[in-house]
Amino acid sequence: MARLTRPRRALSTNPLKSSAPLGAAMAYLGIEGAVPLFHGAQGCTAFAMVHMVRHFREAIPLQTTAMNEVSTILGGAEQIEEAIANLKKRADPRFIGIASTALTETRGEDVAGEVAGIMARRPDFADLKVVYASTPDFDGALEDGWAKAVTAIIDALVPDIDPMWRDADLRQVNVLPSANLTPADIEEITRLIRSFGLKPIVLPDLSGSLDGHLAEDWSGKSLGGTPLDALPAMAQSAVTFAIGESMRGAAELLGRRGHMPVQVFPALTGLTAVDGFVSALMNVAGTADAPPAIKRDRARLQDAMLDAHFQTGGLKYAIAADPDLAYALSSALAGMGARAVSCVTTSPANPIVAQIPCQTAILGDLGDLEEGARIGGATLLISHAHGRHAAAALQLPLIRAGFPINDRLGAQDICRVGYRGTRAYLFEVANAVLAHPHHAQPQDFGAAPIEQEFEHDRPQTAPH
Amino acid sequence: MSDALKQTVQDAFHEPACATNRAKSAADRKKGCAKPLTPGAAAGGCAFDGAKITLQPIVDVAHLVHAPLACEGNAWDNRGSASSGPMIYKTGFTTDLTELDIVMGHGEKKLYRAIREIVEKHAPPAVFVYSTCVTSMIGDDIAAVCKAATEAFGTPAIPVDVPGFAGSKNLGCKLGGEMMFRHVIGTMEPETTTDTDINIIGDYNLSGELWQIKPLLDSLGIRILGSLSADARYKQVAQMHRARLTMLICSHALLGLARKLEENYGIPFFEGSFYGISDTSQALRTMCAMLVERGAAPDLIDRCEALIAEQEAKARAALEPYRPRVQGKRVLLYTGGHKSWSVVSALQELGMEVVGTSVRKATEEDKARVIEIMGTDTHMFENMAPKEMYATLRASGADVLMSGARSQFVALKARVPWIDVNQEKHEPYAGYMGMVDLVRAIDRSLNNPMWADVRAPAPWQVARPFAGHRPRLKDRCPVSGIANDPNDFED
Repeated sequence: MARLTRPRRALSTNPLKSSAPLGAAMAYLGIEGAVPLFHGAQGCTAFAMVHMVRHFREAIPLQTTAMNEVSTILGGAEQIEEAIANLKKRADPRFIGIASTALTETRGEDVAGEVAGIMARRPDFADLKVVYASTPDFDGALEDGWAKAVTAIIDALVPDIDPMWRDADLRQVNVLPSANLTPADIEEITRLIRSFGLKPIVLPDLSGSLDGHLAEDWSGKSLGGTPLDALPAMAQSAVTFAIGESMRGAAELLGRRGHMPVQVFPALTGLTAVDGFVSALMNVAGTADAPPAIKRDRARLQDAMLDAHFQTGGLKYAIAADPDLAYALSSALAGMGARAVSCVTTSPANPIVAQIPCQTAILGDLGDLEEGARIGGATLLISHAHGRHAAAALQLPLIRAGFPINDRLGAQDICRVGYRGTRAYLFEVANAVLAHPHHAQPQDFGAAPIEQEFEHDRPQTAPH
Repeated sequence: MSDALKQTVQDAFHEPACATNRAKSAADRKKGCAKPLTPGAAAGGCAFDGAKITLQPIVDVAHLVHAPLACEGNAWDNRGSASSGPMIYKTGFTTDLTELDIVMGHGEKKLYRAIREIVEKHAPPAVFVYSTCVTSMIGDDIAAVCKAATEAFGTPAIPVDVPGFAGSKNLGCKLGGEMMFRHVIGTMEPETTTDTDINIIGDYNLSGELWQIKPLLDSLGIRILGSLSADARYKQVAQMHRARLTMLICSHALLGLARKLEENYGIPFFEGSFYGISDTSQALRTMCAMLVERGAAPDLIDRCEALIAEQEAKARAALEPYRPRVQGKRVLLYTGGHKSWSVVSALQELGMEVVGTSVRKATEEDKARVIEIMGTDTHMFENMAPKEMYATLRASGADVLMSGARSQFVALKARVPWIDVNQEKHEPYAGYMGMVDLVRAIDRSLNNPMWADVRAPAPWQVARPFAGHRPRLKDRCPVSGIANDPNDFED
């Protein structure tokens, strides 16, 4: 179990972290008809937008309050109001999610107060939901920004139910996925839930908005996601499931609003983790049996574990990711006999870090990953796409996980949760090992190489 | 913004060599060329982004961003400049300021230590230190830190004091050049010089475009002594003041730098472009003529003409097979600068029709050139909202969109081919061979059989005159095992 360490140095080499406002923007994009709005300078938005465009390969409707030097000093309330008015005119969104940035947070603005004031004095904004989350870049990572945005959405749009009059829908389940879950992950989770006859409400739901589909028209806002009417209905659900420890705060707030039980699943990757989730679903559904398709998926995962354990047993790897993702992927591999020789993570705020199966978790960057992998003798790296430099330097295979994956297509389709996703993940790891076979040489065992004089002196063609 | 920075920005806007600037009134000139940004309707990078675009291609320098995470964390490893050697420019260095650093005022100390860590570990010829909005707002004096670090560690630490909120990307490019003029150019002397040494300013060697040009220069014996910043080494910036000539590649942003090189070191400059056949030839001609004027051997001009004749013939021959494949296709051109119009004339030569072009950032001079090339001004438009562009493309207003990455998805989602012609593009299109590559890319995209399939209606969108027989429902469903009651069936 990992002890969190912070390297004593001033320089960050090849950042691992993506910023908190970016995470918030991504969460907002999981709401139907949404436009996220950064309260900051134009450049903050441009960088974040390009980052997401390259990952999802979609147009990303991210906007900015375009703070300049003067508005930074005098305060940006007018900029926010003007931005909302302009967005309404251009894209006609139903929902605007505001995320602050380092610039406005360093000045210290009361944005929540300003937004309340704006909404009160602008009747023409009445049909628009505006939510604000404080997400300075200098505090936390993508995962934290996402969680803060989800908390802000719940706080603003899920009503406080009077427990006396609670009209519960006992077949309805709330799901709060953490930032590392892909659209395909969310689809797999909702499939599991539906297979027990339950109805999930996912907040936020990227599986409808950033799954990569060709729409019939140009919209300028998110192409799908959690419907706005579903948000108040969340208060009526039977239970709230948080997937990822980072979502605990948001889930507890939702639980308090709707007076319902809350259960946090740190991960849904790995047989035991998925078993726990399925067992919880069986409880809610009031059944002692599971549908045939689920049973078959589990049996197939068991078989995959048997096939893959030859490659994963004793495998030494290094991983760099946000805490929830690092935990999910490494705990599943620990269950398969693999050993993390180095773990680098981004946010000190998430207590799950202590549970990561590695001696230490470094609050660091991809430079630390490279060094840790080299010293620990790793034969596999797991990180987002920027890890390719370390992989190239160490000549190791890289499994891309997290954000961004901007040098491959189909990042939204990667599924590593549930019985099926875990099976795919184990095969992926085993195949990465198989694709980099080690050809034994006499020197590996301390033997001298064969005498040069025995070698045929004509150049040989490579064997097949 | 500090007063020093303010003055720098003012000076950058006052550019006597810029035609656009000269045409303005004194009041307009004072406002500068930055347009005010509209909240909720703004797009594009900041000044820091611009400075990074201009300077990061210097490949052997360590680029250190003094900022909270986002400025570098969300942006590093994102640019396509190629290097023929050192790779340190691709490494993302940042001080990653935390809340504690900012509140306690640890910024300057952290920066100083970060510079030391870079020098100790990587020993680059120089460290460029970029300031950003937050570090500028809390008043970190990066110039002072750089001065102290340079003295202490013996490696030049160069302050690039261009925080994002100073203005637009374009301004950032300008100021990036200005920082080089102030702190780097003229600080080193070349071992040897020739009378055919040139500077190339404003090219960033995206996907290796410089190397499509370099063989031409090599065969004429012209040496790239100074570069800002295509495949540049630190020395190539520091020694720029010894070149005989500067070629400014379609860049209004770095005009000021070219002018200052002329005023301070007597290096004349010309503006040229390597996009399109005619512009490439024109650039080579001008370059050789000016070099001869400055004392190079006069036979350079004849050799240049011979090279142009040979290369043009080769390029035209290579393009000919594409004529039947692209003839009559309609191009919508949406790009900021004027650099693509030379490409337009080459496309027109191949029988393509340009149905529209944006003149967003164009000067009056540029507009005159569009009219000259296109014969009329009816196809010029100022700005097109994505929604409008989508509608145009969807209504088959054009067969292909040539633009920057920003409108990529507008075209693709409208089911129209898209060619990347901006600075983020992944294929090199410079010089004679680049033009052939561009046409090849257009052909490959336009004539991909995928388009017909993706535009075809789905089975349920097609009118079905005869719906066929619906089989009677009986027995059990083989998948779910549910029994169908034929009497329960509703249609």
